[in-house]
Amino acid sequence: MSLENFFAMGGYAFYVWTSYGITLAVLLWNLFAPIVQRKQLLRQLALKQKRAQQ
Amino acid sequence: MSFIPAPISRFFHRTASPPHFYTLADKLLPWLTVLFLLLLIPGLYGGLVMAPADYQQGDSYRIIYIHVPAAWMSLFIYVLMAVMGGIALVWRMKLAEVMLISSAPIGAGFTLVALVTGSLWGKPMWGTWWVWDARLTSELILLFLYLGVTSLYGAIEDKRSAARAVSILALVGVVNIPIIHYSVEWWNTLHQGPTVSKMDKPSIHISMLIPLLLMAGAFKVYYAIAVLQAAKLELIKREPSAQWVKNLLEQNA
Amino acid sequence: MKPHRKQRLLLIGLMLIGIGLAATFALKAFNENLMYFFSTTDVAEGKAPRDALFRLGGMVVKGSVERPGADLLVRFKLSDFSKEVTVEYSGILPDLFREGQGIVAMGRLDGRGVFVAEEVLAKHDENYMPPEVADSLKKAPEAE
Repeated sequence: MSLENFFAMGGYAFYVWTSYGITLAVLLWNLFAPIVQRKQLLRQLALKQKRAQQ
Repeated sequence: MSFIPAPISRFFHRTASPPHFYTLADKLLPWLTVLFLLLLIPGLYGGLVMAPADYQQGDSYRIIYIHVPAAWMSLFIYVLMAVMGGIALVWRMKLAEVMLISSAPIGAGFTLVALVTGSLWGKPMWGTWWVWDARLTSELILLFLYLGVTSLYGAIEDKRSAARAVSILALVGVVNIPIIHYSVEWWNTLHQGPTVSKMDKPSIHISMLIPLLLMAGAFKVYYAIAVLQAAKLELIKREPSAQWVKNLLEQNA
Repeated sequence: MKPHRKQRLLLIGLMLIGIGLAATFALKAFNENLMYFFSTTDVAEGKAPRDALFRLGGMVVKGSVERPGADLLVRFKLSDFSKEVTVEYSGILPDLFREGQGIVAMGRLDGRGVFVAEEVLAKHDENYMPPEVADSLKKAPEAE
């Protein structure tokens, strides 16, 4: 199977690759959004704590 | 009177306490990530490269490797949320509330993926992006249930009462799950009947079935990873001034 | 288990049973509306609406597809293995349209009892296999 054939998906490239692309985007978003938010929250809390101690 | 032996009940209470759970999640996450990749890579390779084209649908059927696992997860996560809701209402367990609310966006994501990939598959094969048949309509209702859980939780200020309201909504909505599953048998629909869960013999060739099962496993492990990440955030949000959060801040500093 | 917990568990159980019953009755009442299409037997028995748009589902009868003109007009018979209905459609057919496959057509019955379709959707079955396997399955019954 050649690389060209692989990407062509028997003429259904648009439907197949759009499906996989959207899935990847949704799954990555749901995984990384809480990680980023937690880091931000921890940073804010640390800042608050430092101010309270001074 | 208790039908749960004391040591087991104690084990659950200890594990369910936020700091214990937070550390446990951190310990589990690397292993889960390895397991996820071990399932995902052969699943994708098997589905997109190794598996032969279908005799009727050609290569377009390869959407099955994300569509069907995503649809399974959309049902599975909702049932799990209803169970968490029941536990939260009966035992007032905080961790159950946190797991319920952390699962909702992930479930909504899988439902959206099932709907969108189904649409992208339906256009070339059925000849339409969307029809209002019983299967597609009930799956769309599931998406609204997930979004309802998230927005209801956000709308109520007091998080304990918000969690109670959301638990009831999750339990009420669970009636939709058997409807989605059996819709293709109870009514005539454009969507075809089940392939893998059929009792007599699975009507999918073994070379196509193996990658499908690998992808289903990968999606399950993805859910475990994503829900632990979301739960870690939710636990801190719930009690930002608790001692264990302060300890965590000191560790980070 | 503490009594108040038992009570809450009971309450949740009753709530679920109640909702389940309500949903069952509601779905039973709307059963007709939830059917996506009529069968060819429904049409033969006069259960399908007259002078109104509706959907008709069935299997394209093998050897029945004909193109009477040079235009896009296609004529074929649909069957549910008991009654047959003739369908006429003028337009582009989906990739999966072929003899022996299930389809769902949207249209209305004309005076001749022919179903004039405005839209044809293909219904695919739940079988997935490589072409070689499909070929050998086809040959197997012939060899007997």
